[in-house]
Amino acid sequence: MTFWILAPVMVAAALGILFVRKAVHAALLLAVVMTSLAVLYAVLEAPFLFAVQIIVYTGAILMLFLFVLMLVGVDASDSVVETIRGQRVLAALGGLLLGALLVVALSQVSLGTAVGLESANEGGNIQQLANILFSRYVFAFEATSALLITAAIGAMVLAHRERLTPKEGQAALAARRMRDYAETGKHPGPLPAPGVYARHNAVDTPALLPDGTASELSVNRVLAARGTVRSAPALADDIDEVRKQLGVDPTEMPERSGKSSAPATTTEDVK
Amino acid sequence: MTQYVVLSAILFTIGCVGVLTRRNAIVVFMCVELMLNACNLAFVAFAKQHGNLDGQVAAFFVMVVAAAEVVVGLAIIMTIFRTRRSASVDDASLLKY
Amino acid sequence: MDHVTIPVVDPGSAEGVLSLLWLVIALPLAGAAVLLVGGPLAGARAKGAMDRWGPWLACTAVGWSFLLSLAMFFALLGHDAEERQVGQHLFTWFEAGSLHVGMDLLYDQLSALFLLLITGVGFLIHVYSVGYMAHDARRLRFFGYLNLFVAAMLVLVLSANFLGLFLGWEGVGLASYLLIGFWQHKHSAAAAAKKAFVINRVGDIGLSLAVAVMFATFGTTDFTTISAVAGEASQGTLNALGLLLLLAACGKSAQVPLQAWLLDAMEGPTPVSALIHAATMVTAGVYLITRSNFIYEHTPLAQTAVVVVATVTLLWGAILGCAKDDIKKALAGSTMSQIGYMMLAAGLGPAGYPFAIFHLLTHGFFKANMFLGAGSVMHGMDDDVDMRHYGALRTYMPVTFLTFAMGYLAIIGFPLFSGFWSKDKIIETALAENTVVGLCALLGAGITGFYMTRLMLMTFFGDKRWEPGVHPHESPQVMTIPLIVLAALSVLGGVMIIGSWIVGWLEPVTGHAVHPEPPIAPILVTLLVVAVVAVGVAAAWFLIGRRDIPREAPAEVSFATRAARSDLYGDAINDVLVVQPGMGLARGLTTFDRAGVDGVVEGGSAAVGGISGTLRRVQNGFVRSYALSLLGGALLVVLALLAVNLG
Repeated sequence: MTFWILAPVMVAAALGILFVRKAVHAALLLAVVMTSLAVLYAVLEAPFLFAVQIIVYTGAILMLFLFVLMLVGVDASDSVVETIRGQRVLAALGGLLLGALLVVALSQVSLGTAVGLESANEGGNIQQLANILFSRYVFAFEATSALLITAAIGAMVLAHRERLTPKEGQAALAARRMRDYAETGKHPGPLPAPGVYARHNAVDTPALLPDGTASELSVNRVLAARGTVRSAPALADDIDEVRKQLGVDPTEMPERSGKSSAPATTTEDVK
Repeated sequence: MTQYVVLSAILFTIGCVGVLTRRNAIVVFMCVELMLNACNLAFVAFAKQHGNLDGQVAAFFVMVVAAAEVVVGLAIIMTIFRTRRSASVDDASLLKY
Repeated sequence: MDHVTIPVVDPGSAEGVLSLLWLVIALPLAGAAVLLVGGPLAGARAKGAMDRWGPWLACTAVGWSFLLSLAMFFALLGHDAEERQVGQHLFTWFEAGSLHVGMDLLYDQLSALFLLLITGVGFLIHVYSVGYMAHDARRLRFFGYLNLFVAAMLVLVLSANFLGLFLGWEGVGLASYLLIGFWQHKHSAAAAAKKAFVINRVGDIGLSLAVAVMFATFGTTDFTTISAVAGEASQGTLNALGLLLLLAACGKSAQVPLQAWLLDAMEGPTPVSALIHAATMVTAGVYLITRSNFIYEHTPLAQTAVVVVATVTLLWGAILGCAKDDIKKALAGSTMSQIGYMMLAAGLGPAGYPFAIFHLLTHGFFKANMFLGAGSVMHGMDDDVDMRHYGALRTYMPVTFLTFAMGYLAIIGFPLFSGFWSKDKIIETALAENTVVGLCALLGAGITGFYMTRLMLMTFFGDKRWEPGVHPHESPQVMTIPLIVLAALSVLGGVMIIGSWIVGWLEPVTGHAVHPEPPIAPILVTLLVVAVVAVGVAAAWFLIGRRDIPREAPAEVSFATRAARSDLYGDAINDVLVVQPGMGLARGLTTFDRAGVDGVVEGGSAAVGGISGTLRRVQNGFVRSYALSLLGGALLVVLALLAVNLG
C-alpha cells in the first residue's frame, strides 16, 4: 500500500528534476525522492538503511549540494536552448528505449514469493548487518574507509587556494582606503546598512539617503542581481496612509521629497 | 517484489535522461545520485526477495562510495566554477579534436 | 690437347718457419688497423707524431711480411718436391649444417711466388709512396689502405678454399675502390672508383656463383677436395664453373669485356696504379685461373673461352696504348695487353701455366718499375700526365730515365731482359697450340714495341715541350732507390727460366705438360719475335721520333686513332648495352613505384587520414555526447543479454 502511494510521488518528483530550471528546486525534489526511498527501505525490512538514507543522503549529501549551490550562485539556472544538436531527442529516445527494455525484461521473469528477512533479521537487523559487515565484508569495509579518507583529502586539496600575496594588515588596509578616497573619492567608511533611514528594516530594502533617494550600496549585490530589491519609498505609502488617518499632513513630511527618484513599485521576485 | 524493481528501473532511466539533458553540473550530479539510489532500491528489494542481508550491505557500500564521490565531485565543480565562472558542463569542452 | 694427370692439392702440416704463415697476412692487416683506426682516434699532437712514423709503420709491416715470405720460400726450397704443399688451419670460419668453412691457409709453390711478388714489390711501392705522398695531409689513411690492399691480396693467394679466396677477392675490390677514389675531391676520381667497383661487381657475381655451384656440386670449397673429385662432376657443371671463373677473372684482371675500369683507375695516386698493375688486383684473375687448373683441365670449352678473351684483350690493350697521350693511361693499356698474354698462357693449360706465372712475375717487376718511374716523372712535372708536354727529360731525370729504360727494354722483349724470356715462351707455346692465336700474340708483341717506344720517345727524347714554369728535377732517394731495385729485377727477372726452373717448380701445382711439337724450331720463334718487335720499334722511330710532336693532340686523325683514343668505344658499348637499358629499367621502376606502389600506399593513407578527419569530429568535447554514446553501449549490452536469455 505504502509503495503504491509513494511510487507515483517518486516518479513525479524524479521527472520534476528533469524539467525544473532552478537547481535549488531540483535539489528539493531529489530530497522528496530520497525520503520516499527511505520509507520504502523501512517497508522492505531495512531499518538501518532507512536511518542511513535519511541521515547520510538526505541530511548530509543533499545539504552539501545545497551548500555548493549557495556558493556557486542561486542564479545559475539552465537556459532552455539545447546547444548540442539532437542531444535531447536522442537522450529521450535512448531513455525510453532503456526503460522499455528494462521493464520488458523484468516482466519476463517471475520472482515468485519473497523469502522475507524474518530469519535473516533474527536478533535485530543492525546486529545481523554488523555481523556480515565485519566478517565477510571486512576487507571491503576497510577499503571504503581508505576511500573516504582519500576523498576527504582530495576535496581539501581541490578546495584549497594558495595565498600568493601576504595577508593585508589593518594598517595597510586603512592606508589603502584613504588612498582610494583621495584618488577616486571612494567612501572610506563601511557600506551603508540596509533599512537605515527607511521605514523598513529588511535586508532587501535599500537605505534612504538624506535627500530621500535609495542607496544602491546598502543592498547585497546578489539581491540586486536577482532583482528582489524592495522599493523603500513605496513601502512608505502605508505609513503615509496611517498618518493621513491620524490627521497629519503628509506633505509636511521631509522624507517625502525624494520619493519621485526612487522606484515607485515593488519589484519582487521577477524571474 | 517486481514492482520495486520496476520502480528502480524507471528511476534509473529518469536519472539517465537527466544526466544526458541537464547542463548544470550540480543537477547532473543529482541525477547521478538518483541513479545510484535507484540501484540501492533494487538491492534492498532483492535482499528481501532472497532473504539474506548481502543486498543491504551492498546498498550500504554504494552509499559510502556515493558520499565520497559527491565530496570530490562537488569540490571539482567548485574549482571549475572558480576559474570559469560557470557550472555548465558544456562550457568545459576544450578537450576535443 | 694432350691430357695429363691433374695434380691434387694435398698439403702437409706447417712446421718450423712455415708455421708463421698467418703472420704474413696479419702484419699488414695490423698495420692497416693501427693506421685506419688509430689515425682518426689520435689527438692533434699524437696525430702529428703518427704522421711521421705511420708511413714507416706501414712499410715495416709489409717489409717483415716480405722477409717472412723469403724465409718461408727458402724453407720450402729445402723440402722435397712432393712435400712443398703446406696447409695451416687457423680457425673455423663458419659452419651451418653440413657446411664447414675453415679459415685455412695453403702455402705451395704457386702461392710462394705470389707471396714474394706481392710483399716484395708491395714493399718497394710502400717505400716509394713515403716520398711520393709526403705532402698529402691524409697520408695515414693512404698507407692504411695500402696495407689493407696488400693484406687482402695475401688472403686471396693464401686461402685454401674458394670462399677464403672470395674474401680476399672482395677485400682487394674494396681497397682498390678506396685507393682509386683516394682523391675523392676530384669528381673524376670518385667516378673512376665507382666505375671500378661496379665493373668488378660483375666479375664478383661470377665468382660467387661459381662458389655456390661448387657448394652445390662438391659440398665444399676446399681446393683439396675439389681438386680430387673435380673430374667426377658433369661436363655441364664444369663448363659453367670454368666460364663463371673466367667472368670473375675478366672483372679483376680487366679483360674484355670488363676492361673499361682499368684506364679510368689511373685517377688514383700513381703508387696505387703500380700496386694494382704489378703486385695485386689484376694478377688475381691469372692466379684464379691458374689455381683452378683442376677445373679447367676438364673443360676445354672454358679453356678456349679463356684463350679467345685473352687474345682479344692483348690486342685491345696494345691498340689503346698506341693512341693515349696520358702516360699512365698508355701504361694501363700495356698492362691490359700484358695481362692478356698471361691469360693466354693460362688458357693453354699445363704447358702455359708456368709461363703465365713467369710473365706475371717479370711483368710485376718491370710494370711496377715503369709506373713508379711515370710517377717520378709526374712528380717532377707538377703532376702533368700529358706526354705531349714532356720531352727531353733524360738529362733532367737521369735515374728515372735509366730505370725506366730498363723496364722499357724488358717489356718490349729486348733480348736477355726479363720480358724477353717470358713473352717469348708464351708466344712459342701459343704458336705450338694454335697458329692463329700465336700470330695474334706475335702481332701484339710488335705493337708493344711500337707504343712503348712511342712513350719513351715522347717522354725522354725530342724537344722540350714543357708547360711554362715547370722545372723538372730528379725525385728524392726514397723514390729512386725502389726504382733502382725494380730496374735490377726487370733486367734479371729472366733467371727463373734458366734450366726451366720455374716449370719444374710449378709442376706439382699445375701439372706436367707434354709439350706439343712446335711447327717451327724454338730458336726461329725467338728470332721472329725479336724481328717483329724491331719492326714495331722502328715504326715508332719513323712515325714519332723523327717528327716534331705537336703540343696539342691533332684533331684530324684516322678513324683507327680516334677509336683507340676513345678506348675502342668500350665505354660506348657498355653504355648502349648495359647502362641505357639499365637506366630505362630503373626509370620505369621508379615511375611504377611512384604511380603504382606509392599511389596505393599514399592513397590508402590519404583515405585513412580523410576518414579520421571526419571521424574525429565525434570527439566534440561535450561530456554529454560521450554519455550519450555510453547509453547507446549500455542499450546494446542489455539488448544482447535479452537476446541471449529470451532467444
